[in-house]
Amino acid sequence: MSVKEFLESGKDYDYSKLEKELEKLERFNFFISRARAGTGGGILKGLPVSIKDNICVKGVQTTAGSRILEGYVPPFDSTVSLRIKESGGIIIGKTSQDEFGFGTFSTNCAYGVPKNPWDPERSCGGSSGGAAGLTAALNMPHIAIGQSTGGSISCPASFCGVVGLTPTYGLVSRYGLIDYGNSLDKIGPIGRSVFDVALMLEIIAGRDNRDQTCIGEKEDYTGYIGKDFKGKVGVPKEYFENVDEGVEKVVWDSIKKLEGEGVEYEEVSLPLTDAALYSYYIIATAEASTNLAKFCGMRYGLHEELRGNFNEYFSRVRGKGFGEEAKRRIILGTYGRMAGYRDQYYMKALKVRTKVIQEFRNVFKRVDLIVAPTMPMIAPRFDEIKKLKPLEVYQMDRLTVPPNLAGLPHLSINSGFSKGMPVGLHIIGDHFQEGPIISLASMYESLRGDVKYPEV
Amino acid sequence: MDEKKVREVARLARLELSDEEVERFAADLESILEAFKELDNVDTDGLEPSFHPVKIEDVFREDTPEKPLSQEEALSNSPNTEDGFFKGPRIV
Repeated sequence: MSVKEFLESGKDYDYSKLEKELEKLERFNFFISRARAGTGGGILKGLPVSIKDNICVKGVQTTAGSRILEGYVPPFDSTVSLRIKESGGIIIGKTSQDEFGFGTFSTNCAYGVPKNPWDPERSCGGSSGGAAGLTAALNMPHIAIGQSTGGSISCPASFCGVVGLTPTYGLVSRYGLIDYGNSLDKIGPIGRSVFDVALMLEIIAGRDNRDQTCIGEKEDYTGYIGKDFKGKVGVPKEYFENVDEGVEKVVWDSIKKLEGEGVEYEEVSLPLTDAALYSYYIIATAEASTNLAKFCGMRYGLHEELRGNFNEYFSRVRGKGFGEEAKRRIILGTYGRMAGYRDQYYMKALKVRTKVIQEFRNVFKRVDLIVAPTMPMIAPRFDEIKKLKPLEVYQMDRLTVPPNLAGLPHLSINSGFSKGMPVGLHIIGDHFQEGPIISLASMYESLRGDVKYPEV
Repeated sequence: MDEKKVREVARLARLELSDEEVERFAADLESILEAFKELDNVDTDGLEPSFHPVKIEDVFREDTPEKPLSQEEALSNSPNTEDGFFKGPRIV
């Protein structure tokens, strides 16, 4: 049963069946904490919603996947959680993720690595890995809330064969989100169908007095479903460089399928693609290193016996509580902001970002949307991931980072399979063009037909 | 980026690292900073930095009082409290 069928059925949700199903999925490590928060009713009628662990839910442990926040129970709700509850959604738990969102494969996890339901030897993608994995594995109506800084919704959506929608920066309030990079973080939905993510965006989008960077007006996003996309799409040639052959073929088949329905495409060029990747890593780590300064063994999270002076105490707690990738990014981000290096790295990266935004703007003068592979490969196996050096992992974000750096809305939808694993089609639009993205995605979805999810 | 630099940055960031971590991060960051040189090839003369990807404007709201967290709620996540205060490490 789909979310839409459930909402139209008028039936109560079968929570005892859900519990049995979730018990079967325990070995996949999709959750860090379980919960049952909300009263039902409303337009969601008691639909289960899972929330990525870096988004605060009142009374439910919220760790952002980090040991340094173990045991933290927020005494307040994030705006997103509150809006979901007010719309009748039931929050069923907090999903696993890379610590603070630092990762591409959800392998930098303090509480267990989520496993891909299509092949448990493989990654769910990151950093919203638990959210996408659960969406693919749970054969009952459910919508997940993920969050993206540099691709953390699209990447796991691609690897798990589900739909992930990352809205324009600022469209969804970040109040109650444990920040990674304040100028990059976006909360967005992950679901099995385009309808699911459009519906959830309607619920969570819109201005919020508690977040000054929350801008734009929300729209009737489900109204774009079934509306034929009448525009032209651009295919960036740089987004097909170093892409696995199987992935390339599947994505081109999808573009041709759309062409057959009258969607014209033309090749476009985004020469700053590599520069965008490195600009992102400088900005994201700079912002992360300041955001993580507040985690010091006081007020909340990991505590130690108060021994030594404050420098010794803070350094000790932080050395113990942060995982390896968090430490690496703190060092990198602090370095990029230091006197003597700030202009060379941080300020330069911000100027490159201006140029990247201009480059996208110019392309959007010629085409309405951009289509490309979401990730250059299918979900890798855990033994393959172990062999990768940190820089090699960062480079795998090459296709998801540019729209994230530019704050552009984007959506990943299953485009077919390579070696039995899902491949994502990425649709990217200009700021606040969620509507046309949803139109094209729903048009593609009906051409493609239903995805047959694995029985696990 | 060498081990001395990693130690200096870690001290500024109040982050205790093991010798093994210092050694590993120095090597990792060396290759990452090398890759960042790609940005030197981008001409950014005359461009303003983008602190946000979209234009953020000042917003105003009515100054209406709301109920803040109670002291009990605010302290609820810390085992180190005393007389309604957070307890921290000594300053000197």
